[in-house]
Amino acid sequence: MTILALDWGFIVEKLIMIAIVVFASLGIALYTTFGERKVAAILQDRPGPSRAGPFGLLQPLADGLKLIMKEEIIPNAANKWLFILGPGLAMTASLMTCAVIPWGSAIDVFGRHVELQIADVNIGILYVFAVVSMGVYGIMIGGWASNNKFSLMSALRAASQAISYELAMGLALIALLMSTGSLSLKTIVEQQVQGNWWNVVYQPLGFLIFFITAMAECNRTPFDLPEAENELNFGYHQEYSSMKLGFYLFAEYINMIMSSAIMASMYFGGYDLPFFNEASVAPNIAAMIGVGTLLIKIVLFIFLFMWIRWTIPRFRYDQLMGLGWKTLIPLALFNMLLTGALILAKL
Amino acid sequence: MNTLEILFYALSVFAIVSAIMVLVSKNPIHSVLWLILVFFAISGHYILLNAQFLAIVNIIVYAGAIMVLFLFVIMLMNVQSDKEPQKKLLIKFIGVLSGGSLLTLLIALVKQTAQLEGKQVLMKEGTIGLIHPLGKALFNDYVLPFEISSVLFLSAMVGAVIIGKK
Repeated sequence: MTILALDWGFIVEKLIMIAIVVFASLGIALYTTFGERKVAAILQDRPGPSRAGPFGLLQPLADGLKLIMKEEIIPNAANKWLFILGPGLAMTASLMTCAVIPWGSAIDVFGRHVELQIADVNIGILYVFAVVSMGVYGIMIGGWASNNKFSLMSALRAASQAISYELAMGLALIALLMSTGSLSLKTIVEQQVQGNWWNVVYQPLGFLIFFITAMAECNRTPFDLPEAENELNFGYHQEYSSMKLGFYLFAEYINMIMSSAIMASMYFGGYDLPFFNEASVAPNIAAMIGVGTLLIKIVLFIFLFMWIRWTIPRFRYDQLMGLGWKTLIPLALFNMLLTGALILAKL
Repeated sequence: MNTLEILFYALSVFAIVSAIMVLVSKNPIHSVLWLILVFFAISGHYILLNAQFLAIVNIIVYAGAIMVLFLFVIMLMNVQSDKEPQKKLLIKFIGVLSGGSLLTLLIALVKQTAQLEGKQVLMKEGTIGLIHPLGKALFNDYVLPFEISSVLFLSAMVGAVIIGKK
């Protein structure tokens, strides 16, 4: 059936994949909040949430229900439309990243060859970078529209932090792109599946810089200056209540999942399971093993994020800027030059 | 009408409406946000022309970096429409007149360009907007202008640092 000369089967296939990926991300994010509380509890030697359901497993559902049931307050002096737009933008920007992540190799369903990736654009990494730079609008608009001094201060902090760390992130990415020669995430992962080593072996310094900047872009402790409680009360979401606050908190967790997926794909082989020959099992099973591998890598990265959050205290603002501009950017430039020199020497 | 044309007209209407909203919004923050939407619509046009790289760079540089700085400055200055001095009607009228005549002049110039006459836009095909052909063109055919413009950016950066130190 062709209306408007479109392949409708293709559109249905993509819509199903978008639905699966979005709902899976939301589900994982829900349980990441639970994971965060448990990890914090273990690190601080206390039991953590344990009342709702077995081992407290129903806690995230209870939290979600509580957030939805809370009264929704929009301050009188707030800019109403932008106040509502802010959390929505934060959520959209964090979910948009999942479009270019390759979740696995292809599977065959009902005679269709389905790639486990929503869009294999040849500028995948730049797309991620663009979405990351959009992410700050949710915070800025929400902070400004609240019409609260603390929220505004926090929005400005978030913006300057995001811009400063984007530079180092971009420079770290350029070094990786120089060695892979492709901007498509699918190609980068396939190179690692076929090659001997994961990219982290070729780009250890680049990975370190990317990891730190990713943490800063996600506003995770030790970089959570925009919501520093002791200086700004609660930061940009101070005036928010109910599910709008929930959206802001949730967006942070989804950002964390997406940046873990990006790091796993770019530096740690994506859906590549080491020491395992994918050709030895049926393609569909191999693809499912690949998806599982990527999910495990994502979980490990999320654990690393949490471990750091509950270990290292927050930076002071000048330390944050100093680290970004005086340490990470020169290091990233050095890494870029080094990579260039090594590529030239190999030729 | 095929899909491409529907997309083209939808994006064009979106771009023009957002551009008009930039002008008529009383609140400068709203103007900035509408301008961001204009950049998105233009990126959509780039994608229709199969220039994915240009589309995404347009979003990264303009919507992602420059507009954040705009928003930053306007938020810091805390401009409010009711406190700002309102311009007189005559000045507004003269502004519209001069802007309109500039627009007419530009359209007339573009229409008269001999190279464009009878040519059609390449939609959905053509590779010059993709990253490999673009990189080859920039670093082979246009390497000197490219380097000179990068020196220009460097001097702007040095200037900003010097002004910032004072």
